[in-house]
Amino acid sequence: MNMRDAISKLLPLLQDAFLICANGYISRDAFNINDRPKNFYMLGSMGQASSIGLGLALARPKEKVVIFDGDGNLLMNLGILTMIAQLKPKNLVHLVFDNECYDSTGGQRSISAEINLADVAGSCGIPKVEKKKLGEDFMDSFKDCLNQDGPSFLLIKVERNPAEEMPRVDISPSEIANRIRNV
Amino acid sequence: MNAEEFKDELKRLGFNFFTGVPCSILAGVIKALGKEYIPSVREDAAVGLAAGAYLGGKKPSVLMQNSGLGYSLNVLTSLNLIYRIPVLLLVSYRGFGGKDAPEHLVMGKHCVELTATFGIPTKVCEKEEVKDLLEEANRYIERGKPYCLFIKEDTLG
Repeated sequence: MNMRDAISKLLPLLQDAFLICANGYISRDAFNINDRPKNFYMLGSMGQASSIGLGLALARPKEKVVIFDGDGNLLMNLGILTMIAQLKPKNLVHLVFDNECYDSTGGQRSISAEINLADVAGSCGIPKVEKKKLGEDFMDSFKDCLNQDGPSFLLIKVERNPAEEMPRVDISPSEIANRIRNV
Repeated sequence: MNAEEFKDELKRLGFNFFTGVPCSILAGVIKALGKEYIPSVREDAAVGLAAGAYLGGKKPSVLMQNSGLGYSLNVLTSLNLIYRIPVLLLVSYRGFGGKDAPEHLVMGKHCVELTATFGIPTKVCEKEEVKDLLEEANRYIERGKPYCLFIKEDTLG
C-alpha cells in the first residue's frame, strides 16, 4: 500500500483528534483527501511536526493529538523521541509513514531501510510501540492508539506515492494556524 | 531586576509555557521557573514545541544561548514567521563585545543583525530597561510576531 492510500484509510478514524502533518506529501495528501480545521499542515520546518505535536499535546492534555510524521522528518529530529518518552503525554499518538525515501524531492533513499525507527522509539522509553510491515493491517493498531492512553508510536511501512501529485495546500499558513487555534 | 523578578514579570505578562536549552547566563531564570521549564534537547525542537503549545492556546517563551539561533533559524523563518506564530526568544548574549571563549565570537559579532535581518524584532537588553523591553516584546507577541531579547551577562543582577 502506498502512503496516500494509507492516509485515506486513517483519516476517517480521527474523530475529534488534532492532526499535525509533516511537510511534503503527508500534508498535501491529508489536505486534499479530507481537510478539517483541526488539521495543521506543516509546509517548511522539516523535522518539527513531532515537536509541534508534542507541544500541542502538552497544551491540550484532555484532547487527542495525532502526528502524521515521515521517516525523513523523524530522522532529522530524532531527539524528540527522548522528549516524548520523558514527558509521557498520554494523549499523543506519533504515527510514522516509512517509505524509506524522500518522496517529494524525487525519491532519494533515506536510511530507514536499515534503521529500525520503532526500535529506537522503544529504546527511548516510549511505552507503546508498534511496527507494521508493508501490506500488514494497521487499522486496529491505530484505533488502539486513539482509544488507549499513550504516548504511542506506530510505524507503518508504505510504498512511495503514485507519480501523479496532489495539489499543494492552498490555504495560507496564517489561516492554518488561526483555524486550529480557534476550534 | 533579578532572575526571580524577571520570572514574575514574564508570568504577569501572561507567558505560561517555557522551554529551551540552558546557558549559564540564563541559569537564574531557569531555576526560578522550576518545574514550569521544560528541558528541550535542541533549540529548534524547543521553538517547534513552543509553536505547538501556542496552537493549543499557550503563550510561550523559549530560552537559549545565541549559539542555538543557527539551529532555530529555519523553524523561525518557515514556521513562526509565515504562520504568524509568536514566541518570546530569551537569548543569552555570549561573545558580547568580542570578549568570550573563541566558539562564541563569530555568533557574538553577528547575532543581533542575524535575527533583525529576518524581520524578527530584536533588542539587546540593558539592565535598566528590562521591564520596558518585556512590555515592548509583549506588544509584538500579541500581534503574532516573534521577538528576540538578548540577555547579557550582567542584565539580570
